[in-house]
Amino acid sequence: MPIQYYLYLSLALFCTGIIGALMRRNAIVILMCIELMLNAVNLLLVAFSNHFNDASAQIFVFFIMVVAAAEVSIGLAIIVLMYRRVHSIDINILNRLKN
Amino acid sequence: MNPQEIVFYILSSLTILCAAGVIFSRSPINSILFLILTFFCISGHYIMMNAQFLAIVNIIVYAGAIMVLFLFVVMLMNLNSDTEPQKSMVVQVSAVLSGGILLTVIIAAFKTYSIQLTTGHALNGQTDIGLIKNLGVILFKEYALPFEISSVLFLSAMIGAVVIGKKDEVGMSLEEFDKQNVN
Repeated sequence: MPIQYYLYLSLALFCTGIIGALMRRNAIVILMCIELMLNAVNLLLVAFSNHFNDASAQIFVFFIMVVAAAEVSIGLAIIVLMYRRVHSIDINILNRLKN
Repeated sequence: MNPQEIVFYILSSLTILCAAGVIFSRSPINSILFLILTFFCISGHYIMMNAQFLAIVNIIVYAGAIMVLFLFVVMLMNLNSDTEPQKSMVVQVSAVLSGGILLTVIIAAFKTYSIQLTTGHALNGQTDIGLIKNLGVILFKEYALPFEISSVLFLSAMIGAVVIGKKDEVGMSLEEFDKQNVN
């Protein structure tokens, strides 16, 4: 199967993530769209690793997963803190962080 | 069309559909469930490319740990589609338009200046570099230092999450301490 198929599939996934991050106001959904983009990149890395027969890319995918897990834990903690303060997770409320 | 391509097309369309469900469903719970389905589809792609370790890790870490964390947070906040904030129609349409334009531009760039991808071999899942044994050898021989650094990253993320997520008891106790001192 040609590598171009996976190229276009992961491009479509990445753009889906971008559209979601632009059009939603829910902070949790925006975090999930970031996860979607990271997974698109992971898919492309694995495809190229298989294509060039190089295992380093799969190790990089492993490290991307590590960073994503750390990012999600911190991001969700911040969202919980924000919800406790203003009782909403609307991203527009973060426009006025002062007060 | 060989069976591998048929499986690829079915799995890809399922992946795109679930990803669209993530961003278009009103309720955050539905978004999370669609995202879990997307991760399972991506794991299916990994299995087709014979990256078995990453397929299992993807299911365990993403669908098992991260998504359950999302689910717990959403259930903790009592969110549903009634309280869901909505952007205006103009912003939504322009977001879809700009994402589609980005997709078109990148695809056109790849088509016009088609990169030299003929040096490798076609993806047929015949390689064995994705097995746990080979990946483990490489991870602990060449990437031992990043592996240890990532453990430090996890520790700092854990401490940060605990510090951020706990209630503001320190500040209040300080105020009470001052009050007691004044009295």
